[in-house]
Amino acid sequence: MPVKTDAIGKQWEPVTYEVGAEKVREFANAVGAANPVHHDHEAAKSAGFRDLVAPPMFCVVYSARAMGPAILDPEVGINVATMLHGSQEFEWGEPVCDGDVIATTATCSEIYEKDGKGFYVFETVSTNQEGERTVKGTWTNIVRGV
Amino acid sequence: MTDLEAGSSIPELRVTPDKYLPHRYAGASGDFNPIHIDPEFAKAVGLPGNILHGLWMMAQVARGNAQLAKGDPRALKRLSVQFRGMGFPEQELVVSGTVKEADGERVIIDTVAAQGDNQVIRNAEAEVRVP
Repeated sequence: MPVKTDAIGKQWEPVTYEVGAEKVREFANAVGAANPVHHDHEAAKSAGFRDLVAPPMFCVVYSARAMGPAILDPEVGINVATMLHGSQEFEWGEPVCDGDVIATTATCSEIYEKDGKGFYVFETVSTNQEGERTVKGTWTNIVRGV
Repeated sequence: MTDLEAGSSIPELRVTPDKYLPHRYAGASGDFNPIHIDPEFAKAVGLPGNILHGLWMMAQVARGNAQLAKGDPRALKRLSVQFRGMGFPEQELVVSGTVKEADGERVIIDTVAAQGDNQVIRNAEAEVRVP
């Protein structure tokens, strides 16, 4: 059965995330990011950041929230029970600091079938309260047995 | 300018996630998929046990590359990875990389993350600004 491709180009409503120092510290501890700029406000400011700064991969915390509605959208038609995270790309811009408010918009960029698997590619773009881009993500989910 | 040139290796990053790391990462990231935190559920769906979050492994690849700039979070400009294997808690993860291109401060690195012979992340490419 061919995959449904009607959702290509579909964009979902932006999802916002408020960045807080304790969440950044918790994430930094979980991934082993020991640089004091992720833990201490003054260390971050002395290093030239606006405030305590998130590790680059913190982008999954604020942008993954925008992916939920896209993956579960019946128009996309992903069978989440057989879904795998195939590949991931992030391109970073402005660092994310304590107090930032990040808005992320997800778009379905590609749906195709290859070797009996469905490939669902989404793009997320995240911007801060000043309108500066903090990250662009490309998420490829693979669904077996389509 | 950097002394890195095409073909040179980056310092390895070695990290052994403890038994409860997937639980802490689940809390930190918000990804509570039971295949990562519940060994019984994981076995029931045909896995050998609970598996590491792919994005946690990607974070180790990010950290391995950012070491080139002393962990400066501004240094990592881009990272793409392919998840090609399952990673497990309580096994050492080794992140290694080779410089593909070096042009002034801009360095492109091919990276792999493996547990023993099991390459869990392959074809990873990072762009790092190394002052």
